[in-house]
Amino acid sequence: MLELKNVSVSAKDNSVEIVNNVNLSLEKKKIYVITGPNGGGKTSLAKAIMGIYPVSGGEIYLNGEDITGKSISERALLGIGYAFQSPPRFKGLFVRDLLSIAADDKNESKLFSLLADVGLCAQDYIDRELNASFSGGELKRVEIASILARTLKVALFDEPEAGIDLWSFQKLTETFKKLNETSDTTIVIISHQERILRLADNVILICNGKIADITEPDKILGDIDYFTEPGCYCPNCFARK
Amino acid sequence: MLDSIDKKLLKEVADLHEIPQGAYNIRKNGEKLSRNTTANIDIVTKEDKPGIDIIVKPGTKNESVHIPVILSATMDDLVYNTFEIGEDADVIIVAGCGIHNNTGEDSGHDGVHEFFIRRGAKVKYIEKHFGDGDGSGKRTLNPTTIMNIEEGATAELELVQIKGVDNTKRDTVVRLEKDAKLIVSERLLTYFDQTAESIITVELLGSNSSAQVISRSVAQNDSKQIFHLNMRGHTECRGHIQCDSIIMHNAEVSAIPEITALSEGAELVHEAAIGRIASEQLTKLMCLGLNEQEAEETILQGFLA
Repeated sequence: MLELKNVSVSAKDNSVEIVNNVNLSLEKKKIYVITGPNGGGKTSLAKAIMGIYPVSGGEIYLNGEDITGKSISERALLGIGYAFQSPPRFKGLFVRDLLSIAADDKNESKLFSLLADVGLCAQDYIDRELNASFSGGELKRVEIASILARTLKVALFDEPEAGIDLWSFQKLTETFKKLNETSDTTIVIISHQERILRLADNVILICNGKIADITEPDKILGDIDYFTEPGCYCPNCFARK
Repeated sequence: MLDSIDKKLLKEVADLHEIPQGAYNIRKNGEKLSRNTTANIDIVTKEDKPGIDIIVKPGTKNESVHIPVILSATMDDLVYNTFEIGEDADVIIVAGCGIHNNTGEDSGHDGVHEFFIRRGAKVKYIEKHFGDGDGSGKRTLNPTTIMNIEEGATAELELVQIKGVDNTKRDTVVRLEKDAKLIVSERLLTYFDQTAESIITVELLGSNSSAQVISRSVAQNDSKQIFHLNMRGHTECRGHIQCDSIIMHNAEVSAIPEITALSEGAELVHEAAIGRIASEQLTKLMCLGLNEQEAEETILQGFLA
């Protein structure tokens, strides 16, 4: 289980708290979708869990162990993974290299199946350099494959659908379901897409750095008035609902 | 006989663990150590100056020539090698030089390689440079490569300097005739106070000739690198030069790409980029469990591979 206690993340210049006093308990074998308005703190929260952003306050526990002071690498080795919203390109690093670094099982057949899981033809992609020749969508799918390659306690996916075509999107939702069915991984997906939201056991609504609501997908998707507060998504507005 | 130092140098510069099969000429400390020729590939000692002529018969296929130079004594070695690659031949040439210097005196090798690649021939030329030893004396390697590629012929050059060379000045000149093709891949690492200068000049003389030159380098510590990549299109042709460098610590890198079109049919492109390792790249690999040093090594190894 992943537990956040009063977690805050400050901007680099300490001028503002991007994530403000967040408390969360995330259970294993569940899918959580984090959604909310742009700039609300979703990615910052995920990066704080991964250790990419330091917390300015609070603690993070993984299965009861305080990991707040641990590095990115240490958290990765403890079983946390993070798929970037905009993954970096590498000159000289190939798809095979990246997946081999990530994969617990480095057999070629396993690497091929990882690419198939994200809708990429392994024969065409396994020996391609992760450079500028990759489209954003292709790169994104390799990024997701690099997370699926690992046996994780917590898998964080930051807007995995962004830049991905409709056909691959369908494949992606099936892949998340399969991961959920075949592992105990806590899956956390940052998304705005209805089809992703529908995968969730719980939807976590974040705005202005705070958790505004934790609810079921049907409440958000079935209630036409949920987002109708005119032009304002602040916690106070959500609290009035 | 090869001693352990020789074997290490040969492994580094020519991937050789023992005396190779096929044609070869091993030069050690300015002298011929060992040579073998085949029915299709002859190697002849020059009479007017130090060096050899490598003659590949027309139509020779799937053969290789190894001509490594190893220096384990302190000296300034100079060699002129000429390669005559017959029409429609298809061969791999593995050159390279390794210097082991355990003294306080400087040691160096200057090699001038001139190629005549005849019509329709294909050559892959691999040149690796390596320095070793605990001595404070400098290890210097200054290769000059002059390549003439005739109609419909292809040359692929893999030029690698990864470790231990204190100073280098590379000068490569390639002339391409009609339908000739050139691919150059240069990889260079410098560290401590090493210096490296690479000048690559490509003359696209014949119609429909094409060239691609990609140079990648990593400069660490207080080392200095300069790249002059020049491409001149004299007729209808295509050319691309690219110079990418990762700079670290207090190093200095200059990349000076130059393209000159002397015909409206010339399509030439140059790109040059110098920068440190992107933090996003490090973070991505650390998210997969590598520590920062492992992530950095992985990025640099891939970049220079």
